[in-house]
Amino acid sequence: MKKSNGSQTDTLYKLFIYIALITLAISIIVPVAWVFFASIKQNAEFYGNPWSIPLGFHVENFIEAFQEANMGNYLFNSAVVTVLALAILLIVALPAAYVLSRFSFRGSKMINSFVKVGLFINISYIAVPIFLMLLDWDTVIRTILGEELLLNNRFMLALIYASTALPFTIYLLSSYFQTLPSDFEEAASIDGAGYFKTMFSVMLPMAGPSIIIVILFNFLLFWNEYILALTLMPGENQTLPVGLLNLMAAERAAANYGPMYAGMVIVMLPTLILYIILQKRLTQGMTVGGLKG
Amino acid sequence: MSKKKSRNLFIGVCVAPALILLILFMVIPTIEVFRMSLYQWGGFSNNQQFVGFNNFKLLWNDMDFIRSFQNSILLIVIVAIFTFVIAVFFAAILSKEKIRGSNFFRVIFYIPNILSIVVIAGIFSAIYDPSNGLLNSIFHLLSLETLQQKWLGNQTIVIYSVAGALVWQAIGYYMVMYMSSMASIPASYYEAASLEGASKMKQFTGITLPLIWNNIRTTLTFFIISTINLSFLLVKAMTGGGPDGSSEVFLFYMYDQAYTNSTYGYGMAIGVVVFIFSFALAAIVNFITKRDVLEY
Repeated sequence: MKKSNGSQTDTLYKLFIYIALITLAISIIVPVAWVFFASIKQNAEFYGNPWSIPLGFHVENFIEAFQEANMGNYLFNSAVVTVLALAILLIVALPAAYVLSRFSFRGSKMINSFVKVGLFINISYIAVPIFLMLLDWDTVIRTILGEELLLNNRFMLALIYASTALPFTIYLLSSYFQTLPSDFEEAASIDGAGYFKTMFSVMLPMAGPSIIIVILFNFLLFWNEYILALTLMPGENQTLPVGLLNLMAAERAAANYGPMYAGMVIVMLPTLILYIILQKRLTQGMTVGGLKG
Repeated sequence: MSKKKSRNLFIGVCVAPALILLILFMVIPTIEVFRMSLYQWGGFSNNQQFVGFNNFKLLWNDMDFIRSFQNSILLIVIVAIFTFVIAVFFAAILSKEKIRGSNFFRVIFYIPNILSIVVIAGIFSAIYDPSNGLLNSIFHLLSLETLQQKWLGNQTIVIYSVAGALVWQAIGYYMVMYMSSMASIPASYYEAASLEGASKMKQFTGITLPLIWNNIRTTLTFFIISTINLSFLLVKAMTGGGPDGSSEVFLFYMYDQAYTNSTYGYGMAIGVVVFIFSFALAAIVNFITKRDVLEY
């Protein structure tokens, strides 16, 4: 059979597309995989060809990162802060989003636009004012209690994380609650359920899928965040990304590379695992929220 | 208790905690940025002294600030153009062509977006390392030693190296955004166009681009806001503004002045300028790109 000219350009076009796709995929996979390989290399291996396969599984890198560089502590702090922040966020945001999207009352419009304006406030701008505010409050607390409470405090960091995530979360949950028909509430009301009972037993359970998206997004946000953690935790209780920054600075100065890459693996492994499991929901959820910090 | 009263109580209990947190940790700090920018505060004294717009006058002649301004604008332009072109290209391919393993590519392309900026800084430090970094060693394997550079050590190159990392980080995110709006374009449009003999390129510029235009405009605003923010986080973690301040960007300089240097008033004045600049730029871009929305 004779091949027409058209199908030949088609083949070339297809070839070009696949080359482009594979090039981008390689440029993402290779650096990430390289870090994983580097995390099990011995220090001497870093002076040769960077593309060499690790000679063995040098697990000491991880042991050193956990024991000497305190990554274990940082990991614990990160876990505590992330879980606390997610809990606070859900407890505060769910009722607020429900009420703001399904009740109209005096000031409800104003509060709704107030939340939308909050979407544009960026953590990077307000990190220092928040630090100064906590410093101020701490001075007052110290005169009363004799110790400082708010800086270097994991709960405080979690509370502030939750607060900064509120606008986006309320916005996302509201847009879901708005789509629900009001029949459910009417039925619950006829059954004699009060407002609280209706919310907890009828409306919130239906928001399940949205809640998972909210948790997923904010987990990534809180787990990866470092500028607030760096600013508000100058002393102790530092979180994982800040610990990694310290580790990177220290190990680079000491030309001890293995533990540094081990630290990077410790930071990114939880997010990667979570992403692989839930990637479909994440990219779907993004099209609902469509916003980024 | 009357029905009305219990309704108000319910509303109050549900909304009040969110409002209090928002006001305490979002609104007041934002107002503080603007208020503090009018004060001379910090350095060695802890006194706040009202100086009006003096901080802004000082900024005008601060060459370090001007340089961070130039760097930021350069980054916004480069990152926006490259990310947009690459992301739209791959979004069009993955949503319109029958690709084997398209789901695999989509999943892989999104990975950089879930990594912490600190990890990305670490990855790119390894890529850009002058002696045994990945980039230079690839050039060595290809016998292209002339292309080897001190990617993070050369004052003129470093800002482009930062841009490279930012684009790498952003492609997947914007690709997924474009894909989601392309998915809602009816397939019949493309069928009709290809019956008429329109080429793929023609279909792309004639159908796809106009129909996702609104989505593109939204992402242009995102490019501005997120590049300003992420360039700060990346520069802080990767280069520390160096070498010799040549990779300093807007918010990095602000943070440096306000937190590291403790000149709070001056730092906040920088914050105000950046804030106003980013809003003005977003508004201008939004105005220029305004087209009649095509309904379909």
